[in-house]
This record gives sequence, structure tokens and C-alpha cells, in this order.
Amino acid sequence: MQTTSAPARSRAQSLLAGESIQRLLALAALVILLVFFSIVVPHFASTNNYIDILTATAVNGVLATGVTFVIITGGIDLSVGTGMTFTSVVMGIVSVNMGLPLPLGLLAALAAGALVGVINGALIAKAKLPPFIATLGMLYVTLGMAQVISDVHPIYFEGTQPSFQQFFMAKPVAGIPNIVWVMLGGAAIAWILLNKTILGRYTFALGSNEEATRLSGVNVDRWKIIIYAVDGLFIGLAGIVIASRMNSAQPGLGMGYELDAIAAAVIGGNSLSGGEGSVVGTIIGAFLISTLRIGLSVAGIPDQWKSVITGLVVIGAVWLDILRRRSRA
Amino acid sequence: MAELLVEMTGISKSFPGVHALDDCRFELRPGEVHALVGENGAGKSTLMKVLSGIYKRDAGTIKVKGVEVEITSPRAAQDLGISIIHQELNLMGHLTVAQNIFIGREPRGAAPFLLDEKTLNAKARELFETLHLKLDPRARVSSLAVAQQQMVEIAKALSFSSAVLIMDEPTAALTDTEIDELFRIIRHLRDQGKGIVHISHRLEELKQISNRITVMRDGRFIATVNTADAEIQQIISMMVGRTVFEATPELPEQRDPNVVLEVKGLNLGRQVRDISFSLHRGEILGIAGLVGAGRTEVVRAIFAADRPESGQVTINGKQVVIHGPSDAVHHGIAYLSEDRKRYGLALGMDVELNTVLASLRRFANGFGWVRTGATRKQALEQVQALAIKTPSIRQRVKNLSGGNQQKVVIAKWLTADTDILIFDEPTRGIDVGAKSEIYRLLNDLAKQGKSIIMISSELPEVLRMSHRILVMCEGRITGELSSAEATQEKIMTLATQREAVAAA
Repeated sequence: MQTTSAPARSRAQSLLAGESIQRLLALAALVILLVFFSIVVPHFASTNNYIDILTATAVNGVLATGVTFVIITGGIDLSVGTGMTFTSVVMGIVSVNMGLPLPLGLLAALAAGALVGVINGALIAKAKLPPFIATLGMLYVTLGMAQVISDVHPIYFEGTQPSFQQFFMAKPVAGIPNIVWVMLGGAAIAWILLNKTILGRYTFALGSNEEATRLSGVNVDRWKIIIYAVDGLFIGLAGIVIASRMNSAQPGLGMGYELDAIAAAVIGGNSLSGGEGSVVGTIIGAFLISTLRIGLSVAGIPDQWKSVITGLVVIGAVWLDILRRRSRA
Repeated sequence: MAELLVEMTGISKSFPGVHALDDCRFELRPGEVHALVGENGAGKSTLMKVLSGIYKRDAGTIKVKGVEVEITSPRAAQDLGISIIHQELNLMGHLTVAQNIFIGREPRGAAPFLLDEKTLNAKARELFETLHLKLDPRARVSSLAVAQQQMVEIAKALSFSSAVLIMDEPTAALTDTEIDELFRIIRHLRDQGKGIVHISHRLEELKQISNRITVMRDGRFIATVNTADAEIQQIISMMVGRTVFEATPELPEQRDPNVVLEVKGLNLGRQVRDISFSLHRGEILGIAGLVGAGRTEVVRAIFAADRPESGQVTINGKQVVIHGPSDAVHHGIAYLSEDRKRYGLALGMDVELNTVLASLRRFANGFGWVRTGATRKQALEQVQALAIKTPSIRQRVKNLSGGNQQKVVIAKWLTADTDILIFDEPTRGIDVGAKSEIYRLLNDLAKQGKSIIMISSELPEVLRMSHRILVMCEGRITGELSSAEATQEKIMTLATQREAVAAA
């Protein structure tokens, strides 16, 4: 017999039973990994290594944060890697080739990223292309455009006003480069957007049931474009971060970064079918990947095996998530 | 008399190849519950989708409170005070109750783009109080039962202070208690002067709740009658355009003693507890009970769609072990599921493929090549035998009406040479005319020697069709009634006989 009273599950209780567990699992895995490497691998447990891990996570952390928005809507963005290259080249052209002040260069990178995002969003919302296809196409377009406008030459940030690398790679706090704070700051802004604003609410609503959201009178097309544009802003930010690490814009780079970004989001509990997820989980996922790579490196494991192990971790994480969902249902 | 809330005249609407609506009219008074009935494909949902802004009409006029209007989108309809609750719930499962209700209208915080969750939940609580609903605004919608999700939809529709509320098959997934609750809310709204359009196949219910009934057929308006003056048979005749005879099963003089299926001690979780029964050849065994009694779970356990924890299944005297559905089919058991669109058909594929779907191996040669000549012949035979209304066997199944879709599912299982057919809610969502055809089909199959288990929540249907009726409550079989002794009251008593009460 069915009862008519509502179950007394509050949002907090539902959360605990739900996707938060995946985040906790990811966090636990990260901690276990760190402890494991510290014990088993000689020379791992050192401040330098930890800082290396943080630094190595900066670029992927920013990209993965951006892609999180898109994944929560049930979409995907394969163009984040090459898009990042494109935005860094745009910045290079503005700051170096055109000699304009650095802040304008930074703005240009963000604008270029937003542009890529808007195009992706429009292709998906208006032209009704599946996200996979639209962003795959833009992957190639941005890859090519980066090479076109840079004439396939790297652009070096020597003598910019103020000095580019100096600012971003400076380590005023605990010897940690500023780019790490940029990544964490970006993640904080993303968290606010996702949890406290209309944008975030519609991101989850779209991912949960796009048709219901549309029938409720929300302009789904417009919001999709905005969400992909936000993703694009983070692509621009990533372009800034990676350019600062190398003090140059490298048009040959970029392809492959999107996989790490998506992997980080998925390991952190963002479901590819949309409707649930978090930035916190993504960042934990990004740290997990960097820890794994650097730990294996210090242990002397060759690159080929590092790839295999990373892949197995992604598979394992998603499998665990599916098992957990099934048991909850 | 107060002016009409809604007046639709001369409404026509076509889709490629289909005239959905032809010169229809409909009117709604304030303070009335106006039922809208018709067979599947009659156009009632389409007409209401025009009114609620989902479709644009091709011709005709719509007046709201005496003023002629253009309804260009769902938002526009909402602004005019017209809300619709669809048959398929339109909720975002990952969001909470309050978030669903106020989607698109969220109260803002310190800045215009910031959310104010506290006010959101408070507004929701206020709304529930005025409607006397027991809902937790912070509960995740996916964690609620279907009936409560429906309440969320109703609350959402009412939060727009709509004068007009359209409900499409609101009672389909509800128990009797929940239906009473829903009707209480509907009467309350009617007394407040709102106009309610109630689309439903359940004519007995409409007699209880509606003031007037409008009948549609083939996209046309047929008649509007006062509920008090109308007889159900009369309404059915208008819907169908012909008189429908009620066929009773011809009971065999001597029940076939052969037991084709015997189930002993079947157990699976809390829903299937120590189930034992037998099924005779040529018998229609009805299984009645409330929603949640475990009937679907029992047959899924027999069919091994869910593996049972313990129990014995014997077919034609031989004990069998069924590991999964393919084993079950191999032993001649067919399961026609409750939700035929989700579990019974490949909607995007055509009639031909769906017909041979459960027996494809038979139609393929050694290398796996499908012999399309054979599949075509089989599909054509079945279409004729079961009188499936379809322009061709190449027609995509999703374009067929509910009744014909169900026939395709039956064709599939007949093609697979199954002798034990388990029907789970065989006529759900099917109009009156097609229902009687399905009943006739079931009778014919039984006469041919097939053995049928029929799960149904419609008591008149169970009483009419079954030779014997098993009643379940909370996972157990609480009683067995023969066709002669069964009445609605006896079934209901057994269906509500929970464990604490000892059987007399």
C-alpha cells in the first residue's frame, strides 16, 4: 500500500546518499594514493614534489573546471585542449606581436575563449549538432586557426609589460606558484556560479531534464550558449596559465589536454549523463591524476605504463560510480 | 451566467500526412470540471496542446475570458492563466521539489543573478499550505513516489494562479486513496471558480468528478453533454461511433486439468514472498491487487528478468531452472511488460522487425544472414491475424496507436512460439474500441490452448476476463477467487488484507 506522506529526506540527506559519496571516494583515493607513494616510493614525500603536483595540476584544473559545467548539462566539450592553444596564441599576438599592454592580452585570451564557447553553444543549441560532433569540429578549427594566426611559429613572451612569466610563476606564498592560486580561485568562482546563481540552477536543470526545463518556459537555447561560453572563459584562463608556464604560446600543443580534463571531471563524480556533479569533485579528480603521474614518475615507471595506469584508474572510477548508483536505485 | 473562461472555435491542425484536428470546438466555464474523452488518436491531447501553447493552430479562434488571443508558446499560455499537466511528468529529477516548482521564476538574492534558496523554500511551503499538500520542498524529486511527483506537477501548475488547469490522464498511476485525494483538490479548485479540463479514459471516474463531458472522434468535435444526463454506454458509442458489445469469456465446460505452469515458494526481496500457484492450459488467470502489491515483481521473477532468491518453477510437469529471459522464452514463456514503449518495443524500428524480434534466430541462416522474405511473410500474417491497423509493415512502431502497438507486442510473442503469455496491464493507455479487440484476442488465444496470466489494476477488466483471480497484497497472495464468486468488494478486501490481519 502506498502512503501519501512525503518521505522525510532533506536535501542534505539526499546529497549524502548521492553524488557526494563519489567525491568522498575520490578524496579518499587521493589521500590513499599520497600515503601509498610516500611509503613505497623513495624520495616521493618532499615539499618539492608536492609543489610539483600542485603546479602540474594548474592547467588541467582550470580546463576541467570549465568542462564541468558542460558535462553537468549532459554535454561534452572536446575542443578545450586546442581551444586553450588558440587562446594562448591570441594572447601572444596581442601582447607580443602587437605590443599592447599585458592586461589587454589577458582580456584577449578570455575573449577568444568565450568566442570559442559561444560558437560551440550556438552549434549545439541552434544548429542542433550533438555536442560530441560540434566540439570535435571546433577542436580541428581551433587547432588550425592557432597555427594560421601564428604562422606555425611559437610566440615568446620576452619583454612584455609587466613581465608575464614573472607574475604568474612567482611564488610569494609558501613557494607555490601563483598559477595554482589562479586555478583555485577559478574553481571558487565556478563553485559560486554553480551553486548560488541562476546559471548554476539552469545548468543542473538542463542536465536533469532538458525538455521539462524548456516546457517550463526557460529559454534553453540561450542558456546553453551562455553555459558553453562560461566553459570558454575557463578555456581562455587555461590558455593564460599554460602560456605563463612556458613563457610562450606554442601552437603545436594542446591536443590531448581535453582528455585529462574530462577524466578529472568524471573521476570526481560528474556524471556524463548530466544532472549532477560538482567543481570540488573535479579539482580532486585533477589532483588525483597529477599525483598518479608524478608518483609513478618518481618511482621510475616509464611513460607508457603511466598511461596504462591512468586509463585503468578512469575506468575503475566510473565503474565504481555505476555500481554505487545501481545499489542506490 | 459568467463569461466563458475559454472558447475555442473552428480549430484545425495538421502535421505532415496527418489531419490531427478538423474544425474543433471546445468551451470551458469558470467553476467547472470539463472532461474530454475520445479514443487514442481522437485529438484530445492535440487540442489541449494547442490551448497550452505547445502547438500552433492552423485555423480557428481562441478566446480567453472573452478576448481573442494568440497563444504562441507555453510561456504565453501561462501568462494567460492556462496551465497544463502532461501525462508524462515533466520534472527535473535531480532538483528539489521547490526548485522544480519555481524553475524560471526563482526568487533572487543580493544580486539579480544570485539565488535565494531560503525564500524559495518558504514560498513553496506557503503554496503547499494553501493546497493542503504534504510535501517537503527540499526533497529531491527523483526520491518521490509517482503519486507525489504528480502532486509536485499540480502544485507547480497552480503556483501560476492559473484560471484554467488542464490535466492529461492524471489518475493513470495512482491508487484509489491517492485518486480520492486528487479529486478533493480538484473539487476545491472548482469551488474557487477555476476551470479544469480532465482528459481520461476512465469513464466511471469521470462520472464522479466532471460536470460536463466533451467527446471527440477522429480529430472532430462530436458532442458536449451534461455528466448527470449521460450514460456510459452512450458516451462510449459516441467515442467509437458504433455500439460495443461486452464479451464475457466463454468458460470451458470442464476445466482443462493440464497444469502448464506451477510455481512453488518463489521469493525475491520484500515484494515477492512465498508465492505459489498453478496455471492450467487454456486458462486466463487474473492477478489483482493494489499498485505496489508485487504483481509485476512476481512475473518478472518467473520470467527471470530479476533472478529470484528461491523457488521452483515447473513447466508441463518438468522442473526447470530459468537463468534469464532468453531461457524463459526458450521454455515458451512470454512477458508483455507494463510499459510497452520502454520494454516491449523498439519504437524507432518497423512493424516487421518488432514482430520477429524475439525469434530472430529462426529467421536467420547459418551465417547470421536474416531471410527478409521469411520475416516479411511472418509480419504480414500476424498483421492480418491480429487485425493490426498499420499502413504497412514498414511503418515505424512509434507512429501506431497504443492499441496497435500492443498488438505488435503480442505478434512478437506469438511468433516466438510461446504458450505461456504473461500480460502486465494489457490495456493501459488504450482506448475503449481497441480494448475490446484486445479482450477478444485474449479469449481467442485461450481457446487455442495458450495459457495466460493477466495482471490488471482495472477491476472490471479483471472480473470480466479471468477464469480465476489471484489477489496479492504486499508481496503475498492473499486469496484466490473463481470467476463465479468474484466481486469487486471481495477483491478489494483481499487486496488490502495486510499481514497483521489474520485470514478468516
